Amino acid sequence: MTLLQEMSDRALELGVPMSVHFDITYRCNERCVHCYLDHDDYGEMRTDEIKRVLDELAAAGTFFLTFSGGEVLMRRDFFELLEYARQLLFNVRIKTNAVMIREPEARRMLALGVDQVQVSIYSHRPEVHDAITRLPGSLRRSSEAIRFLKQQGLRVVIANVLMTANMRDHAGVQALARELGVLYTLDPTITPKMDGDRSILNLRVPGAELDGVFHNESLVGNVEEFCAPPPPGADEEVMEGYPCSAGHTLAYISPYGDVFPCVQFPLPSGNVRQQKFIDIWRNSSELNEVRSIRAKDLPVCSTCSHVGTCTRCPGLAYMEGNMRGPSTADCEKSFHRTGILSANMLRQGRSSTSGPLIHIQSLAV
Amino acid sequence: MSEKYIARSSAIASRLLGGEMMIMSAADSTFFTLNPVATVVWQVADGRTPLSEIVVRAVCTEFQVDPDIAQRDVERFVEDLSKHGILLVSDRPFPNSTLGPPEAA
Repeated sequence: MTLLQEMSDRALELGVPMSVHFDITYRCNERCVHCYLDHDDYGEMRTDEIKRVLDELAAAGTFFLTFSGGEVLMRRDFFELLEYARQLLFNVRIKTNAVMIREPEARRMLALGVDQVQVSIYSHRPEVHDAITRLPGSLRRSSEAIRFLKQQGLRVVIANVLMTANMRDHAGVQALARELGVLYTLDPTITPKMDGDRSILNLRVPGAELDGVFHNESLVGNVEEFCAPPPPGADEEVMEGYPCSAGHTLAYISPYGDVFPCVQFPLPSGNVRQQKFIDIWRNSSELNEVRSIRAKDLPVCSTCSHVGTCTRCPGLAYMEGNMRGPSTADCEKSFHRTGILSANMLRQGRSSTSGPLIHIQSLAV
Repeated sequence: MSEKYIARSSAIASRLLGGEMMIMSAADSTFFTLNPVATVVWQVADGRTPLSEIVVRAVCTEFQVDPDIAQRDVERFVEDLSKHGILLVSDRPFPNSTLGPPEAA
């Protein structure tokens, strides 16, 4: 166990929100085809409101702070907020499309001690990347920005979200990351829009392509280990385990002050404009419900052979209508990783040789 | 023996968790945790208080440790953290302009 894992366990025991993902704006200069956000501004928090929330997060014990959006640099006060966050000694990570980052911005980020900048790159081919972002010239701008950030000595990660339009381009993006001397991470997850619209799920990569991704050594490391079938019989530790850190040591705050368990788990749990963050964190009935759920409480997943190894996202399950239910996208991932059908797939009569990748279920209203 | 002064670098992230300080270096993302004694030293490393005074006032008083042992242990800890650049050491008090923000308890 690493030191960081030890401290995460400690934070869990103590009920400390060790990590917070803070979207400071939903406004964006790109219009990505797969984006789950509404980019209009319905009254995002002012500078002083965000600073107050940052004070509250520091007092609550938050250590890892991710500033994201929308595009963070759409806020004119971004560097003021960043400086304030660093004065409060947060470990700050930034998620950005980097289109607005030039040398002065990169220099400022370094001076303020930013830990990591994650830049979204969809393809090494401008015609593909720019078609996804719907911003002409965006690949060139983002790549230049990565060079500026790297020249300053900042740690940069290219995040490569995979969808139908770019599903064969991951090797090209990996090569670009190598050329730029930065880290690379791939994510094949497309989430429904926050308003419940599921139409963008059609962009998810088909199963056959997912097979290729999960069996690609350059993407997953040790394929044998990554694609190993689940061990037979889940032990008590697995059944008493909780699905992920959402609501346990992780919280999400929207530009309007709404608090959710995670950016991918839009369960309204309170609003920092109306309550102190720590009161929401400790007393929200929604967060406490999320915290109460153990693997043994999941009616379908607790019977599944993948229960101990699945990356089941409770937020995606929630968006399918039941936070205790299966997340079909993760069922598909488990299946394409190991070749073994999940309990949910078997329940729905899926065979291993046919069927659509995604079963879309309507949201419970 | 000349006096030493210690100050926290501003190029770090830190937070107290259950009585132990977590620190991450912005330069190389190295992660540290400090035990309760080291945490107290870290918290009072204001760049102006002599190290010998920190040992006597913060460590010996609070943890009831022999002063010679405490001095030796604290000097070793200071040397370790200064090698990683997260604690600054000088033989004179630091000017205000070089100091990071005050440490939250």
